[in-house]
Amino acid sequence: MSGVRILVGTRKGAFILTSDGLRSSWDVAGPYFGGWELYHVKGSPADPNRLYASQSTGWFGQLVQRSDDGGQTWEPVGNDFRYDGVPGTHQSYDGTPHPWEFARVWHLEPSLTDPDTVYAGVEDAALFRSADGGATWQELSGLRGHGSGPAWQPGAGGMCLHSILLDPRDADRMYIAISAAGVFRTDDGGTTWRPTNRGLQSEHIPDPDAEVGHCVHHITLHPSRPDVLFMQKHWDVTRSDDGAETWYEVSGDLPTDFGFAIEVHAHEPETIYVVPIKSDSEHYPPDAKLRVFRSRTGGNEWEPLTNGLPQSHCYVNVLRDAMAVDSLDPCGVYFGTTGGQVYASPDAGDHWDPIVRDLPAVLSVEVQTLP
Amino acid sequence: MIRVVLPAQLRTLADVAGEVQLDVDGPVTQCAVLDALEARYPVLQGTIRDRATQRRRGFVRFFAGEEDVSHDPPDALLPDAVAAGTEPLYIVGAIAGG
Repeated sequence: MSGVRILVGTRKGAFILTSDGLRSSWDVAGPYFGGWELYHVKGSPADPNRLYASQSTGWFGQLVQRSDDGGQTWEPVGNDFRYDGVPGTHQSYDGTPHPWEFARVWHLEPSLTDPDTVYAGVEDAALFRSADGGATWQELSGLRGHGSGPAWQPGAGGMCLHSILLDPRDADRMYIAISAAGVFRTDDGGTTWRPTNRGLQSEHIPDPDAEVGHCVHHITLHPSRPDVLFMQKHWDVTRSDDGAETWYEVSGDLPTDFGFAIEVHAHEPETIYVVPIKSDSEHYPPDAKLRVFRSRTGGNEWEPLTNGLPQSHCYVNVLRDAMAVDSLDPCGVYFGTTGGQVYASPDAGDHWDPIVRDLPAVLSVEVQTLP
Repeated sequence: MIRVVLPAQLRTLADVAGEVQLDVDGPVTQCAVLDALEARYPVLQGTIRDRATQRRRGFVRFFAGEEDVSHDPPDALLPDAVAAGTEPLYIVGAIAGG
């Protein structure tokens, strides 16, 4: 019988939750790397036993851990992230130039075809690649070297490169997103990049439709239709139908269009999920009700999914990398909260149950569907 | 024999329990002790000092002989008691943030 493995990164370690294909009872393992922040844990699509984990603290810096047995054992690999050449400056919070300084890895994206190749999105925003299983890392400096680099500025969480999308149809095409610079696309395997933010409107920057400067929170796509991208921006849920060339808003009837996470159903490319959050100063759900909103029309028309989720006195957040889907039928949807709950829906969002309730604050949730 | 006490998170990382004992050739300085520590436990590279600049990470402190020697030059001699192995060099995560 097939199964599901959920990789959970938290403020104080990683956890691995496993179930069979019924997804009704779960084993909980961990914490791994207790006491460390695990910003992201993700498995290789080419070898599900190969996992990568970003382990860091403000005290002792960054490590990358690798597992070759599905998370039972781990090995620290390379943690030498050096910017290519003279790093230069970006904008600080106050608008003054600030030297690029490596802080941490926010997101690890393993190659679709090679278990030893993995990309790392880091703070201060840059993209690194390893072709030797994480032992050594090289910056794809054409991104940070884009002429707009000195104008990039940090979002509230830091100037992070948090989203990496690999086009399954074209190995040379990738999309990344930076808070707060926006979306960039490469068509030559990461050598050169260009901003692709046309159509975005952000009222919190001096030029609301600027080429760069947008606080993109997360982007996602469905592998069967990689030219269609969905975005949760600081405010606004948007989509692009042309490979991020142009974007348009699909917030529609959401109660608020602020939020962090956005995900696509595994089998229905027009079914998308978001978790609306009240505002950028109030990082909790509107009306204190934890609701996932689902659109079966690719946006604009949304329905609240509440069955099994707390509908009063709920003040948790769901962070940008903390929602994921499995590829079983029906599609399972999972998300983690800053309150330490990981919720699972084995029926595409119609019913929810907590797998665990009391983990440290959840930073990321990834799902592997196992044979 | 130089004795070093690591913070709990780095003990876990290096897979050691209790103190670490190191042979240090030549003058016993912060830099020499850290070089020996990182040579024995490569996983600690980058966790105590920056890999590129070799500067101490901001929230890491060094205590020796009941003194905070964090701001001493890396090539300054550590106290005689540390050099003689009668007291350890403490590598400490600063009490900040929890």
